[in-house]
Amino acid sequence: MEIARKGPSLTARAAGLVACRTCARVWPAGTPRCGRCGAHLQSRDTASLQKVWAWWLAGVMAYIPANLYPMLVTDTLVEHHASTIVGGAVEIAHHGSYGIAAIILIASVLIPMGKFIAIAYLALSARHGSRVRPGRRHHLYEVVEFIGRWSMIDVFVVAILSALVQLSSVAQITPGPAALTFAASVIFTMLSAQSFDSRLIWDRDRADERRPST
Amino acid sequence: MNQIDSTRLQQGSGPLAGARLEDLIACPSCDALYLARMPAMGERAVCADCHEVLIAPRAKAGIRILMLTLAMLILVTAALFFPFLSISAAGLGNRASLLDVALSFQSSHMVALALMTAAMIVIVPLLRMLLIFYTLLPVVFDRQPFSQARRAFRWSNALKPWAMAEIFALGCAVALVKVADLAQIGFGPAFWMFSILVLIAILNDSYLCSWSVWKSLEKAPR
Ligand SMILES: [Zn+2]
Ligand SMILES: [Zn+2]
Repeated sequence: MEIARKGPSLTARAAGLVACRTCARVWPAGTPRCGRCGAHLQSRDTASLQKVWAWWLAGVMAYIPANLYPMLVTDTLVEHHASTIVGGAVEIAHHGSYGIAAIILIASVLIPMGKFIAIAYLALSARHGSRVRPGRRHHLYEVVEFIGRWSMIDVFVVAILSALVQLSSVAQITPGPAALTFAASVIFTMLSAQSFDSRLIWDRDRADERRPST
Repeated sequence: MNQIDSTRLQQGSGPLAGARLEDLIACPSCDALYLARMPAMGERAVCADCHEVLIAPRAKAGIRILMLTLAMLILVTAALFFPFLSISAAGLGNRASLLDVALSFQSSHMVALALMTAAMIVIVPLLRMLLIFYTLLPVVFDRQPFSQARRAFRWSNALKPWAMAEIFALGCAVALVKVADLAQIGFGPAFWMFSILVLIAILNDSYLCSWSVWKSLEKAPR
């Protein structure tokens, strides 16, 4: 069920109110704190885009060494073997587990790269406008928010294997330096997406919508 | 911009004219303003612009959430101490509990990673359960909410993206395949407890309507 409303949308800000993003209550513009939940109130987070870019850059910087250094170091009786994220996925594919190889590649390569591009696009379009309708851009933002956490799966796999495969000289698995930088990259990118004030997606188009009528 | 007085929207602001501020709801994602109307149990009120779910009341949600949260608390505590996964190869074997997994990075001087993993798969989910329990316990029994209930529920919402138990559960499946040619892996009792826990957590989230909880906390002493 959608809440019924006629005509162009009235925003809390256009009505002279400030909305609480935590509990959805509205207050007169300028109220510093939400009287219901105690959250800090801001009609638009004006520093939002700066924070987005700062975390975004940190995420990209951490992602580069995450791909260059080994994620997993395997020692068996016959070999000492260090594999990177992509290298590990290729090996698994060689063993015939295409499904698992695909999961790793999607979670560790496709999703992080897609996230970097999507967040950059959202931040740029919030500032400079876009021909893509805000509804679609908002949908993109939701996908980024939902899917970002799943990149942690590779870090957890490394944790599970390092805890479990400790069979003295027969087989031993230890985490490589990429495990740390990859985890950092995922966290920074999550923080970047969280810093984005999604209300900025809508402002420009709603202002255009309202202008001819007044 | 419309003039506003402190408690009422004035005439001339369209369909919302004359509405009291406490009867309005603003979409946290896109700032669209609506007159809040409680949908029927099981129905959802969705933002017309961005399709964010604003209100989604469920019948007997409070008591169900409390029971499920209690079940999860018991499961996660038990899962910590039983063996989680076991491995065997060439006559050698090893078992790892959830704690071993969470702290596995310690051995290789990656303490930051160890703490982070422990936080995301055990501490944050556990903390969220306690916070939700603290928030809802008096409310469900029609008592005054605890004095820190608002802060507790705010924290529980903020922590939500960082509770990653379900991602960890899928990670177990991937790990299994990764070492399939190296050794045999078996699931311990804790693994099954953890899997049930993940399913309950997903069910639990579907009962939790944030707006309804905030509404019920309005009576809390400040
Ligand atoms: Zn609030
Ligand atoms: Zn909305």
